[in-house]
Amino acid sequence: MGQFGIGQPVRRKEDTRLVTGRGCFTDDIEIEGQIYAAFVRSPQAHARIVSLDVAAAAVQKGVIAVVTIADLDADGVRDLESDLDMADRFGKPMFKPCRPIFARERVRFLGELVAMVLATTFEEAKDAAEHVAVEYEALPVIVDTASALAADAPLVWPENASNAALCWDNRDASDVDAALAAAAKRVTVDIVNNRLVPSPMEPRVALATYEAGEDKLTVYLPSQGGHRIQNMLAQRLPGLRSTNVRIVSRDTGGGFGIRSKLYPETVALAWAARKFRRPVKWRGDRSETFVSDYHGRDQVNHAEMGLDADGRIVALKVETIVNIGAYISENGPRLPINAGGRIIPCGYDIENFHLSVRPVFTHTVPTDTYRGAGRPEANFLLERLMDAAAEACGLSRDEIRRRNLIPPHKMPYRTQLGLVIDSGDFAGTMDIALAAADWAGIAERRAASAARGKLRGLGLAYFVEASGGRPSEEMRLRIEPDGSVSIFAGSYSHGQGHATVFAQMVNDYLGVPFDAVQLIQGDTETMPEGASGTYGSRSSMMGGVALRRAAERILEKGKVVAAHLLQSEAPDVAFEAGIFATKKSSVTLAEVAKASADPHNLPDGVATGLDESYFFERDAENFNYPNGCHLCEVEVDPELGTIEMLNYVAVDDCGIVLNPLIVHGQIYGGVAQGIGQALTEAVVYEKDTGQLLTGSFMDYGMPHAGHLSHISTYFNAVPCTTNDLGVKGTGEAGTCGAPPALVSAVVDALQPFGVRHIDMPLTPERVWRAISRAGGANPL
Amino acid sequence: MRIDVKMTVNGKPVSGSVEARTLLVQFLREHLRMTGTHVGCDTSQCGCCIVHVDGKAIKSCTMLAVQAAGTSITTIEGLAAPDGTLHPMQDAFREHHGLQCGFCTPGMVMIGVDIARRLPGADEKTVRHQLEGNICRCTGYQGIVEAIMDGSARLNGTSYEGPSHA
Repeated sequence: MGQFGIGQPVRRKEDTRLVTGRGCFTDDIEIEGQIYAAFVRSPQAHARIVSLDVAAAAVQKGVIAVVTIADLDADGVRDLESDLDMADRFGKPMFKPCRPIFARERVRFLGELVAMVLATTFEEAKDAAEHVAVEYEALPVIVDTASALAADAPLVWPENASNAALCWDNRDASDVDAALAAAAKRVTVDIVNNRLVPSPMEPRVALATYEAGEDKLTVYLPSQGGHRIQNMLAQRLPGLRSTNVRIVSRDTGGGFGIRSKLYPETVALAWAARKFRRPVKWRGDRSETFVSDYHGRDQVNHAEMGLDADGRIVALKVETIVNIGAYISENGPRLPINAGGRIIPCGYDIENFHLSVRPVFTHTVPTDTYRGAGRPEANFLLERLMDAAAEACGLSRDEIRRRNLIPPHKMPYRTQLGLVIDSGDFAGTMDIALAAADWAGIAERRAASAARGKLRGLGLAYFVEASGGRPSEEMRLRIEPDGSVSIFAGSYSHGQGHATVFAQMVNDYLGVPFDAVQLIQGDTETMPEGASGTYGSRSSMMGGVALRRAAERILEKGKVVAAHLLQSEAPDVAFEAGIFATKKSSVTLAEVAKASADPHNLPDGVATGLDESYFFERDAENFNYPNGCHLCEVEVDPELGTIEMLNYVAVDDCGIVLNPLIVHGQIYGGVAQGIGQALTEAVVYEKDTGQLLTGSFMDYGMPHAGHLSHISTYFNAVPCTTNDLGVKGTGEAGTCGAPPALVSAVVDALQPFGVRHIDMPLTPERVWRAISRAGGANPL
Repeated sequence: MRIDVKMTVNGKPVSGSVEARTLLVQFLREHLRMTGTHVGCDTSQCGCCIVHVDGKAIKSCTMLAVQAAGTSITTIEGLAAPDGTLHPMQDAFREHHGLQCGFCTPGMVMIGVDIARRLPGADEKTVRHQLEGNICRCTGYQGIVEAIMDGSARLNGTSYEGPSHA
């Protein structure tokens, strides 16, 4: 392994471009003749549209058209329809309403699209949008997750008779109930897992253009991979073949799960480009992004755990309500089940488990995948239970975990809902973390803080998540005649550094210089047919394995061509460091590539070119299982309720590390988002009107540099046994570890007040109120 | 009503005809087609649009193009040497993995240069505090803070002993 090989902290290829302002984000693209769209959105959370008058808007300066659902209906544009196939245990299917591109008679959340204005400049479009007159008759609103199932809750979909889209459970609960009743100790937690706005830094934007002669539609937008958007978009527009839709993402300013989705704005813009034969750009501002990008999390959980006299878990029962918003997004209802439920018991050995999940409709933005997507919620729940169990059993927080973590000899370990955890050294990883954070020395530090009137706490969390996403991916490698290598990726890097990491891999596999490897991605025209994209921390495993196997195919064919050129037989050709050699002579990979272009140089039956793809399909249950132990140390000011993060230690098992610089970066980023959830972030809707009170970066608590301490990261790598590379995901680890570590730390600090839990985010007000409610005098 | 404005951007004189409401960032991005400066919010919180106006870091979404008339502006495109050699702050961002998606990066680099100029030798806590007006969603700020400390050391001729990623 050279300086640029696998495992090296190679600096990123992408960076020179991005630090000099030469990136190419969607809004940086302009097409001659483009017009601009502005959207009219509902200011009401739930209302009947009494009248919609576009006449005044239509005559404003520069206006080309004002579009409503009537225009789309007239052209047969199809509503968004969920392809989720979910049913309860008895086979009753989920209630699945469609989502119109623009509201049809009724609006169901604040921000829902009502109309679109097209004009020659962006300012004209926005100005004219102010002239669209909509009369609303306000209707009763439900936004709160826990209240959505109350008997008197307004119904989002009266035709369903309840706000529950589904009442799902994994099995009959009677034996779990019996085990809980018989347990020596029993603990209960009630948790609100706060709703978040994913907020990638690039606001949503799209540019659609249409070539009428070819019936060819191209949409430039930020994404996480284009194929799914391509197919879903084509299905919405009558008469348009999927192969005539091209999705292009050059640089994308962050994804975090929400950018693999088809949004109604995209459909409206695509329709308009085709209808008016003009390129149409829409530049969503941040306020629009807040009410149109899918939101994340938003669960309430009630959970009970039973333990025996030794503190070993005997049963677990979890009841979850997940707020899916007004419509079914692409994944909302399945996250607590397929993503979160299947990873429970999150690293602990629990045989007896019951899970019930009720996805509920409310008059809010639909929720979907956000970094972690179900796994942070599951891990947070288990970790709050473990802290409660430690107290109930009179054990330390590390000891209760040590007694219950799945030991290596029990792996592969099948979870109750059917995932198989292949590997991990959970207790070992925890011990490394405890030492790195000086777990044993907290009493002394606590005393030092107390002397200054502050409360110090150290929090501990273990987590296990499942990475890999959908079970197939394709990568293509082409050796160019000049010896350089083009990677046509099915994955799509939007910050993860694939151009660097994949080049390191090709450098190792084919001996090609790091600088001679280029990544071609983000365009449905050039990506492999089996391309899936980047989400679910899948690109190292799915993209990486496909890349490695494509490289093996290159070598396999290269040996055949080399043997022909060297007048030898393929089995007698060896490959090393970019050179095919027999005992007598040799030829370089570049020479073989060049020769392969001419059929005269090839043996009979061998196709031209050195250009190989690999479609990798894994066993659908074989995710990989990143896991780790995170500790967070804080100081709380009991007078103000403020929290200062003092130290953070993350020990992660991400399997084999391909580039430690980049993997550390993924951990830092995930931890920051987890700390954001725990400390500052929450979507707040006004409960009677459904008005969004946190609709901009002024009101929504994005974590800033000053909220965070230095994060110390370590690896305890246990190679994954179910993929060629031994890799595990890394992108979502931090979002699983940080929230329980921080909450555990604050509760530890507030122990003298008897505080046992505070719901996230732990704002100064909530901390101060928790202290006040505890009623005790300041123990310091 | 349109207004003619002239200013210097990255050492070159530029001019244009703008509306009174045209923001400096719009002038840079849409009139001059210099798209390195980004817009990440509509409330002046994110800092993606920071440029230097007469040597001071300014959020170009908070300033009208007409207010910038007659000033000298440096954008992210104007930092590197003409031969392409990265500015020490740009190089420090690359060295310390101070960027992932790259969207907030232009603003972060520009505020980094400003911090280095105003507060040579600033410690980690100070740098974190100075980044109050900049938001990054990818990096957890760690690489950014390290990059700014290292970039500042390079610009001020001191040394930086940062963590190693080897």
